[in-house]
Amino acid sequence: MSLSIRHLFGLEGVPREDIAAILNTAFSFREVLERPIKRVPTLQGKTIVNLFFENSTRTRISFELAEKRLSADTVNFSASGSSLAKGESLKDTVRNLFAMKMDCVVMRHAVPGSVKLLAQFVDAVVINAGDGTHEHPTQALLDMMSLQEKFGNLEGLNVAIIGDIRHSRVALSNIFGLRTMGANIVLCGPPTFIPFGVEALGVKVTHNLDEALSFADAINVLRIQKERQGKGLIPSLREYRAVFGITRERLEKLKKPLTIMHPGPINRGVEIDTEIADSEHSLILHQVLNGVAIRMATLFLLLGGK
Amino acid sequence: MEFKIKSRLADEQGLNRTVTRLAHEIVERCKGTENLVLVGIRTRGEFLAKRIARKIEEIEAVKLQVGVLDIVLYRDDFRLKSKLPKVEVTDIPFSVDDKIVILIDDVVYTGRTTRAALDALMDFGRPSAIQLAVLVDRGHRELPIKADYIGKNVPTANGEEIRVLMQEIDGRDEILLVEEAGR
Repeated sequence: MSLSIRHLFGLEGVPREDIAAILNTAFSFREVLERPIKRVPTLQGKTIVNLFFENSTRTRISFELAEKRLSADTVNFSASGSSLAKGESLKDTVRNLFAMKMDCVVMRHAVPGSVKLLAQFVDAVVINAGDGTHEHPTQALLDMMSLQEKFGNLEGLNVAIIGDIRHSRVALSNIFGLRTMGANIVLCGPPTFIPFGVEALGVKVTHNLDEALSFADAINVLRIQKERQGKGLIPSLREYRAVFGITRERLEKLKKPLTIMHPGPINRGVEIDTEIADSEHSLILHQVLNGVAIRMATLFLLLGGK
Repeated sequence: MEFKIKSRLADEQGLNRTVTRLAHEIVERCKGTENLVLVGIRTRGEFLAKRIARKIEEIEAVKLQVGVLDIVLYRDDFRLKSKLPKVEVTDIPFSVDDKIVILIDDVVYTGRTTRAALDALMDFGRPSAIQLAVLVDRGHRELPIKADYIGKNVPTANGEEIRVLMQEIDGRDEILLVEEAGR
């Protein structure tokens, strides 16, 4: 068996076997992260360029760490301080980079679909680290890994995704991935945050948070993107918290344990309260650990298996 | 590729006798079990290591530490294989520093698996010595590697393969010499 995909643009259309292979391989890689020498020589001689045209802490460090753990050579590129500032086009920048013989590119860019475009003019494995509001596949994979670890199986699991679905690449990738693996999904948020017609992806929609919470075994709480505020989508952060915030009072009404996930960065006291984010039911820091393992597995299977 | 059985090198009893002899040789050469640990290479080396450990424990009335090594990430040939390599967990729940590590595999062939295992083991610490024990040495080495304990020396031709079957994974104990069908 071999992965059927050559690049990882997103989880849309990625077959179940591929997702399962990445998740299973990632569980094995977790052990490497526990070793005294946390490095294996698997991707020795491979060169990977991390192209980040948008800000990132977690994802960029996680990818870089995963690459170093596998002994690949890495080059980092961020848009500020590059020739892009002098007006060079993306295509020219990237073609110049690849004239230096790269094997793989990990890219984050604000434009949806930019990663797929990139793959058309470079001869390298391309991995999406977030393209605008489209997809963020490795984040969804690490969310799924954390859920599988906690619940044993994704089939039939009830997951609620809460918050700004419309602007969230994390939500979209989670929807594709979790649906493929047989989980049930409810989306919850104010109508301005729910894309029109999203039910066609096989998910349910509710605007009632209590309803979503009583349905769910686990919830994935999305960040309120403050940089997108002031557009009249929600009246105020305080009102959002009152209606959609995950607070202790709300969870106490449930009378069942609920597993909490959040892709970060957290706005404490807006979409989720501090005591919930740091509670024993929170997988948030575990997600970060699994993130490195998932990225190692993805790189290994796309670059190594060939 | 289809294979047909050319000869049967050992049955359950035979395999058991070989394991017993290897256990005795190891204790004899190491003058006991002080600082001795066993590490099996996945998949069948793991079961072999556990069996040899049990024998040594019977002989010497001690308890031995046994680890498992997965060397997929250290291989030099996984890029050449069309099949996707399956990464399993390495489990060495003890320090190998200043230990005599007996590395255990079912078959030694080109020596590349052993090379990968040596590299992997070195990443876990600094053993005082590493020795290699195998059930079958089938020749055709491509690297300067030699086993310290050998169950059976079986000169083979290219196109032939050694199949070690073990109860724990294959449901029976047997060592077979097979060859490609149609040769």
